[in-house]
Amino acid sequence: MRRSKLAFPALLAASALALSGCAASGELTLTVPDVPMKTELGAFEGELNIVNWSGFVDPKWVDPFTAETGCVVNSRVAGTSDEMVTLMRTGEYDLVSASGDAALRLIVGGDVQPLNMELIPNFSDEIAEGMKGQIYDVVNGKPYGVPIGRGANLLQYNETVTGSAPESWDVVWESDSPYAGKITAYDAPIYIADAAVYLMYHKPELEIKNPYALDETQLAAAVDLLKQQNAIIGEYWSDPVAQITSFVGGNTVVGTSWEILKKFAAQDNLKTTLPVEGSTGWYDTWLISSTTPNSNCAYAWIDYTSQASVNGAIAMNFGMAPANIAFCATDADTQAHCDQFAAEDEAFWDQVWPWTTPIEECVDGRTEVTCTSFQDWTNAWVTVKG
Amino acid sequence: MSAIQKAPQRPVSTYLHKRPNVRLIALLALPMTWLIGVYIISLALLLVTALWFIDPFTSKVIPGFTLDNFINIFTVPAYFSTAVRTLAIALAVTLVCILFAIPLGIFMAKIARPWVRNLLAVAITLPLWAGYLVKLLAMRLTFTEQGLFNWLMEPFGITGPGFGVPVTVLTLAYLWFPYMALPVFTAIRQLPHNLFDASADLGAKGWPTVFRMVLPLITPAIIAGSVFTFSLSLGDYLAAKFVGGSTQMIGSIIASNINLNPPVAAAFSMVPIAFVVMYLVIARRTGSLERM
Repeated sequence: MRRSKLAFPALLAASALALSGCAASGELTLTVPDVPMKTELGAFEGELNIVNWSGFVDPKWVDPFTAETGCVVNSRVAGTSDEMVTLMRTGEYDLVSASGDAALRLIVGGDVQPLNMELIPNFSDEIAEGMKGQIYDVVNGKPYGVPIGRGANLLQYNETVTGSAPESWDVVWESDSPYAGKITAYDAPIYIADAAVYLMYHKPELEIKNPYALDETQLAAAVDLLKQQNAIIGEYWSDPVAQITSFVGGNTVVGTSWEILKKFAAQDNLKTTLPVEGSTGWYDTWLISSTTPNSNCAYAWIDYTSQASVNGAIAMNFGMAPANIAFCATDADTQAHCDQFAAEDEAFWDQVWPWTTPIEECVDGRTEVTCTSFQDWTNAWVTVKG
Repeated sequence: MSAIQKAPQRPVSTYLHKRPNVRLIALLALPMTWLIGVYIISLALLLVTALWFIDPFTSKVIPGFTLDNFINIFTVPAYFSTAVRTLAIALAVTLVCILFAIPLGIFMAKIARPWVRNLLAVAITLPLWAGYLVKLLAMRLTFTEQGLFNWLMEPFGITGPGFGVPVTVLTLAYLWFPYMALPVFTAIRQLPHNLFDASADLGAKGWPTVFRMVLPLITPAIIAGSVFTFSLSLGDYLAAKFVGGSTQMIGSIIASNINLNPPVAAAFSMVPIAFVVMYLVIARRTGSLERM
């Protein structure tokens, strides 16, 4: 399986193509509002309002930043990607640590601005290759986001019950699963992509090329699979604590998980694996609001948090693979962290499809059909759970 | 000649004394501002939002007029079945609360010694002091596979129901029980002792006494309690999330649409309101509301 590295084959003529509404073969052009890019840095505004995931903004690295720049950081923790999008659209925040399923929505909605990478010197070669130029934050050749870190949606299993590592996701999808009734799945519309990843492998006739570019037929097939799964689901999870207690308490034997949740569960018999079909994953990225009055502080923050030590501290605090892999070689602890979260293992990430907002323009480059939007996915998700 | 005594100057009182309307407005200004400005307006805005469109591309709300969001509640099978399921859960919770509250109320009011009665009253109200999420998680831990329930029942060869609708009903009943138990207890306590004696004199044993004497007399209290248990259950979704397994309730649909499709969420939030209004109309028909 290959991820489409669409953007860095630099679409130099992207803006012209966007205007004429046509795409060169194999290259993807999306219609996005024209938001101006910052050309030079100015004086710090003294304030920075961030919407972020829990653990991304911590006094340990905020205080030195404020001391250096005078930008006072106000953090608002969001619980879901949808909440992040809603908060950013209020216009009250300057910066967001969005996952790919929120990022593309914000970009095509004109809520965030393209970034001038020359003003972010710390975005360098040390950023993991697999986090550069992904469709969710680089559109039409313009970068909108600076990567923070990533995590894969892995198959977690209770080894005491399963005996060995399941090789396929079929244990969570097929009606004859030996663990029926003790299966957990992620409770969000974006989980439809996981069904699509499974179908890509097992139903090639559906011709799904990208799990985030589903036409109506393909979405219907994914929804059918999810409905089939609904009958054998023990419970859906969106709250990490509920997922951990579910595995530890024995209610769940197999299901979607993150490496960090396994770590928190702290049970030797709970293991994670990446099955043959591959999986999805969340890639978090800093995006700057298109209406921010504090863009200098925002640029300074992105640059500051992109250096190895700060980026690594965020990654370790949250429990994910850091974007800046130079951090890994710092000491034995950081190397152990990077190894556990596969930070430097691009072969691993090649099997992971980064969360991307599904939009009507197919992100796999098809132009002859209309793809289903995230709105369609949300409506479909409700019908899955009946 | 003595100086004429001047009346004390109280301009505000004097002014108000002559103008009863102004007095009334001053009295009602604060509560009415709250009721209309905060309560009614927000509900009206909700209703209006339910009639609006959504831009599928950016999920921004566009003012307009469509009844699709309401029609969908009836035509999309998943929406309709979720509404019916939520109604059934709310009714079941109310029933469970009634079943527990009546015997407990009779025991507390008529049989228990004062210190036992006080102890029980504290035991019923004490959980109200604990956080809602704490209670939810406590129920979750109780009913996990390796939780307290299965551990207690293991010697009898019984295993728990697992997360699903039954545990959701039990959890909601646990959460809202005080709202039913207290009015029922108070109502039973107000029944004169001699009514029980008269019932016994006429040859009625325990069950007929409860059904033909106690129940009709405490119906207003039951209705009062059930308004709480019923409406609070209708709006709840965290219980379904934490102990419902794959159960979906109306609140789950509202929660998953609140950011992405506010019109659908708004339309759905009208469903519990409609159910509660229907419930109150039925309760009114029985004449119970007048005696509350």
